[in-house]
This record gives sequence, C-alpha cells and structure tokens, in this order.
Amino acid sequence: MAIIETRNLTYTYPYADKPAFKDVTLRIERGEFILLTGPSGCGKTTLCRCFNGLIPHFYGGKLEGEITVAGLKTSEHPIHEIAQHVGLVFQNPENQLFALTIEKDVAFGLENLGLPRDEIRRRVDWALKVTGIYDLKDRAPFEVSGGQQQRVAIASVLAMRPEVIVLDEPTSFLDPLSAKKILEVINNLNKDLGITIILVEHRLDLAARYATRVIIMNEGQIILDGEPRKVFLESEAALIGVGIPKVVRLYMLLKRAGLNISNVPLSPEELSKSIMEAFTFDKC
Amino acid sequence: MINVEDIYFTYPNGVEALKGVSLQITDGEFVAIMGQNGAGKTTLVKHFNGLLKPTRGRVLIDDIDTRHVSVATLARKVGFVFQNPDHQLFSETVEDEISFALKNFGFDEKTIKERVDWALNILDLTRYRKTSPFMLSGGERKRVALASVLAWDPKILILDEPTIGQDRNQKERLRQFILQMNHQGKTVVIVTHDIEFVAECEPRVILMSDGRIVADGSARNVLTNPDLIAKSWLLLPEITSVLLNLNNLGFPANVMDVYEARDLIIERLGWDRK
Amino acid sequence: MFDGLKFRNISSPMHRIDPRAKFIYVLTLFVVAVFFNQLIPLLILFFSQIPIIMIAKVKKEWLRLIKGSSFFAAIIFIMNVISLHFYSSYSSFALIIEQASAMTVRFIVLVESFSIFFLTTSPDMLGLSLEQMGIPYEFCFAFTTAIRFVPVLAEEAQTIIDAQRSRGLDIEGGNLMKRIRNYIPILIPLIVNAIRRSLELAEAMESRAWGATKKRTTLYVLKMGKRDYCLILTSTIILAVSTYIWLFIKIPTLTQILNIES
Repeated sequence: MAIIETRNLTYTYPYADKPAFKDVTLRIERGEFILLTGPSGCGKTTLCRCFNGLIPHFYGGKLEGEITVAGLKTSEHPIHEIAQHVGLVFQNPENQLFALTIEKDVAFGLENLGLPRDEIRRRVDWALKVTGIYDLKDRAPFEVSGGQQQRVAIASVLAMRPEVIVLDEPTSFLDPLSAKKILEVINNLNKDLGITIILVEHRLDLAARYATRVIIMNEGQIILDGEPRKVFLESEAALIGVGIPKVVRLYMLLKRAGLNISNVPLSPEELSKSIMEAFTFDKC
Repeated sequence: MINVEDIYFTYPNGVEALKGVSLQITDGEFVAIMGQNGAGKTTLVKHFNGLLKPTRGRVLIDDIDTRHVSVATLARKVGFVFQNPDHQLFSETVEDEISFALKNFGFDEKTIKERVDWALNILDLTRYRKTSPFMLSGGERKRVALASVLAWDPKILILDEPTIGQDRNQKERLRQFILQMNHQGKTVVIVTHDIEFVAECEPRVILMSDGRIVADGSARNVLTNPDLIAKSWLLLPEITSVLLNLNNLGFPANVMDVYEARDLIIERLGWDRK
Repeated sequence: MFDGLKFRNISSPMHRIDPRAKFIYVLTLFVVAVFFNQLIPLLILFFSQIPIIMIAKVKKEWLRLIKGSSFFAAIIFIMNVISLHFYSSYSSFALIIEQASAMTVRFIVLVESFSIFFLTTSPDMLGLSLEQMGIPYEFCFAFTTAIRFVPVLAEEAQTIIDAQRSRGLDIEGGNLMKRIRNYIPILIPLIVNAIRRSLELAEAMESRAWGATKKRTTLYVLKMGKRDYCLILTSTIILAVSTYIWLFIKIPTLTQILNIES
C-alpha cells in the first residue's frame, strides 16, 4: 500500500481566485526519496502542507479530490493524528524551535502526545544521536548555527517516529557546507532507517544524488515525474527553469559532441569517473 | 571609491567580528564577498554606509570618513538592500514604498514621480503600482525592496544575500540585472554564499573567514582553490570538482564554466585519438 | 540595571534549588523588609543576602544591578529626606538621615531579592514550576516562548532600524510630531513580522501534534529535595523570628546607639 496517495487533488487558498495546484495524482511508496522541485509559485510548498493535514485544517480554503496518508483520509482526521505519521520540517530554523534547550525542543512533540517520561527520554536521546547533535542537548536553540538548528528541527520531528518526513527547502538559509551535511543526515534517515523522504529543493546540484525519484511541478501541475537520471534529460525540465545540475548539462554537451559516456551523472564524482572510463575506453 | 583601512570591529556583546580588514573597491567594480555564516561579511558591508563604525581603523567613502557623517548622508551614495525585504516594507502601496527614501532625501515632487516610474519599470513592477506590498509574493517583495533602493540612484549598490530562496529563473534575472547596473557604472557589492551564482557572474571575489580576508582575487582564481574553499566552509563549483578529479589527465584546475569544460575535454579527446 | 534580572546560565547551589522554594524565600524577604521601618534590621537584611549571592556566583551581575539602581535609590533618599523634614515629627537631622537611609535600603533589599530569584532561575524552570502549580499549559508555554523570542525580536528591531536608516530615515532629528511619525516605518515591519512569525510557530506546533491530548507529560519534573525544604524551613524561621521581634522588641535607632544628639 502506498504511504501517500492522491487523486485529482486540487486546492485553492481562501480568497484566492485560482487554485494553487490542480488535479495532482500521485502515489508515493514507502522508502522512496522524493525530490520535489519547480519554479517559485508552482505549488510545491502548498502540496507539502497537504501531506500532514495543515491543509485543510490549519489553512482552510477548498480542498477537492482525494488524499490518503498512511491509510488516513486527511480531511477526516485532525492534524495531531496525521502528524504522527508525517513530520514536516520548515524552511526557517528559527521559527520552528521554541524551547529554551535543544533537548526540550526535541521532546516537545512527544510531550504533546502524552507519552510516559522514560519513553520520551529514550526517543529524545535516540533522535539526538541519529542527527549527530547529542552533545548540544543542553544548549539553547539560538546559540547554535543554522545547520545545527535544522538538525534540531529534524530530530524533533524524528522523535515522533513518523513514516514520512517532508522537508520544505531546509537548506535555504544554510551555507553550502552545512547544506551538504544536512542533506547527508536526511539521506541517512532514508537509507538507514527506511523513512520516506519528500524533499522540496531548488539546490538540485547538492540534492539530486540522493533522490530515487524527481517530481517537477510548474504552475500548479505535475509536469515530470520519474527517475532523476531520466527526468533531468527532458528538455521540458530546462525550459521550465528548473536548475538542472551543471554536471548533467556538461554530460549532455559531451554526449552531443560524441563522447561515449555511460551514465547520467548526479554528482561531480560520478561524472569524473564516467569521463575517465570514456577516455580509457577510447584509447583501446 | 571605498577604502577600508585596517579596521577592527567588536560588537557590544564582546564578539570581535572584524580583526584587521583592509581593502579598496574602485568605482564600477563588481565584487562578491563570500565566506561562512559568521565570517564577518555582513558586518563588513554595514561599515560601507555607516551603520557600523569601526572600533579601530577607518572607512572612507569617496574620501569621506564614515565616522564623521550620518548614515543618511552616506546612504545617498551607498544603497543597501537587506536580505529580508520584510524588514523594510511598511507602506500602503508599492508606489509609496519606493518614494519613501526619495522623500527622506528631499527630492522634489516632480523628480520623485520620475524616479518612481523609472524604478517600477526597470524591475517590472508597474502593474503593482497601487498594490499593497504585503499582498505580493516573496519574489515580488524582494523586487520592491530593490526598487525602493534603486530609486534614488546610489552609485554604490550593496545586496545582502540576494539569491536565498530564489529559483533558477529569478537568479538569472538577478544576474542580468546586476550586469546591467554594473554596465551603467554602478559599483555592485554582493554578500553571498551561493557559489554557482558567483561562478556564473565571475566578479572579483573577497573571501572572509573568522573576521579576516583570506583571499582577494578573480572568481576564477579564488573559487577554484581547494585550500581557500575548505578554510571558508564553501564548496568548489561543480565543474571545477569534475576537472579536479581528472587532474592526472592534465586538465587545468581553474575551470568553472560548462562550455569551457566541454571544449577542453573534447580537445583532449582529439589529441588522444591522434 | 536590567542585566541583574536576566538569567545567568551557570551551575551553583542556588541555581539547583527548586523555583518554588526560592520564591517562598524571596517572598519572605519581601515581607520582612516591609515589616521593618528601622535602619538596623534592614541593614541586617541587606548584608545577609551577600553570602547567598556569593554562593550563587552572581556577584558581578548583582553589583551591576546595585550600580544601576543607584539612580533610583538616590531619588528615594532625597525624596524621603525632604518629606521627613517637612511632614514628620522628626526633629533631629540625624534621625531624618537614618530614616531616609532605611527606606533606601528597603528599596535595595527588595530589588536585591528579586534579582537573586531571576538570576538563578532559568525561564523554563520557571515555566515548569508554574505548570506543576497547576497553571494551564497554554499560559506556561506562552510565557516561555515569549522569553525565548525576546532576544530574537530585539535583534530584528535593530535590523529594521538599520534597514530604514539605510533609506535615509533620520530617527534623531525633528520635532516631537516628526519623531513619532518616524517610528511608523519601524513599528509596522516589526508588528507584521511578529505576526508572521507567530503563524509559522503555530504551524510548527500543529505539525508536532499540539493538542493531541489534554494530559500532557513532561521530560523533566521538578521534585523538591532536602535542599529545597531546607530553604523553606530557613525562610519560615526567619519569618517567625522577624514577627516576634516586630511584635515584642523595640528596636533602637542607630542615632540612639551612636548617641548623636541633635
């Protein structure tokens, strides 16, 4: 059974004259790492908020079509129930951390659920260790760097043990090295713990290498949906204005010029390796 | 011209953010100041319009010591666009927002109207003239903030992290815009950690780390130097990484452009085939 | 002066004491300070705090507080001297000085005791103790969240002021009307951003199952230990002794002891 399934989903914000997205039909299986991207205003952020019930319960508006998350019809269940299956990490680390110590922030969701104290303790320590911030647990959120704050946000969602974690442009405010590190943390959640990841990102050069599937949206519709190595080659992707990773562009140029490269690269290392192979092959 | 003479700056809470910084930016240059969060980039550029005054050393804008004049006076020459447009938007209409600074600087009615029209036009905001800035999308609000600074035609333009949250199209438009401003003779200084964007613009790059300048040169030389990049918590541009891994095949280590890389690789292949 | 009321994050015996015990102690000090009008007991009260301050390792902040409140202390002293001279039956100059000093010392003792409380109690411990005293969680959460965001909002206010100054806004100059008008470009972004921030916070809270159950549990719980009961006992003794003295013993004035005649 798919962990998230939508059929002809259409949503219009209150007072808006046209829908934020229209007729979105999607099936997301457990364990996928989905990269959701598209130009600003394409509806990807809005779609994310449907996955944990913020739409329709928090935002109101008109939600048409069907959406089922972990077997629950989101319109029929309160956010606090859906939130136990789908965690959402927001773009700005500052506005999603409200406790005075990191440890208490990670415990927040579990306290809300009324779990017994020793269970909270266990899960908090586990989440802090998985995200690599156990030593920071007594520090205040505003004392640590942006990258560390995002780890706290991830840990606090992780502690609730959801099947799916959705992250809305988590690297926006981070410098490149911190962005790379946080993406590695997110990848580990997917590959080691089997958590389904839905990552909304513009920075495809850093994120594409981890994704099992890329969904590109434009003006409220899904335009492309498939494996990254296939999707990035589509001319439509470039036309829409998605930031195709430079290594893919170089690959396409080289291929067109006659170089025999095997795989579509998603990282500089992959491309270097392929070029190397093409050279040695060519020499023979 | 911007002259920074060995400045030190310590915040009231005791943090020493600048530890002996000197540089010179001549009129019409395009400079990118890069480095990790906390390296001192924003602290440095806040000295250019007098928001901060150095605790030691001095900053000269067109030979005027910033410690001796008000921010308002310096702002006339140095336009500073802050990272978050929501820190400055407050007016009822976009038009009012853009005329705010013009009124502060004492322009007459006629000039104000001309400049507002010009700014709206150049940033494609004319249809939003009478709209409330709060009703616009994030990207549009960023353009309104930019328009409101451009309106008084400062000769030096400082943009603090202009690419955050922008998609590919928006970044491309920004790049064209900066080149246009530069072409018109304006000095443009951007504070950023967006490597690919800087790689495409190829400005002069000043790299900062821990309150000091660790490198100052062309983008091509600075961004492709692995030691410097590691020291400032950045990453190498994608294409540079690709060729660096092929270094034993004799490829140069300072290439950032896709087309240039392609040409080099194909050319090399041609040699090998012979 | 306000530095003396901000939590200082170090570890000391005072820090580890339950906020509720500390509060009872501070309340006792408060009541005793109000009981006595005379300089000698108030001075005793003042000096008796010093060992506590040393134990709490907050000497520096406390000194800053004393320095900061010296302005108000001076005003209180002067006003008392004036009013005692004109409106009371005190004839001797020495007595007037002593009385005015007593009032000033009382003020300082009150400020001092609250300072000890806030310097050694972290806001979330405070929130937790409020919660355990039965105050609904929503209020405790609002309290600690507000405190959490005070530094953030302060920084944001400064950024907004910087941004508007960079557009030529002159906060200093002009007449009163103009000065008030100049605050609009600062207040509006501040308020709008505060609202936006609250909405984002609300979203984050909902996404972490806020409201899932009425019976919220907590990671930490405050338990009163030996040390806390000790402090409460000490406070009770102080209160009892003070009450006895107040009721039955006549306290001499310093002037009488020093035999100063007017």
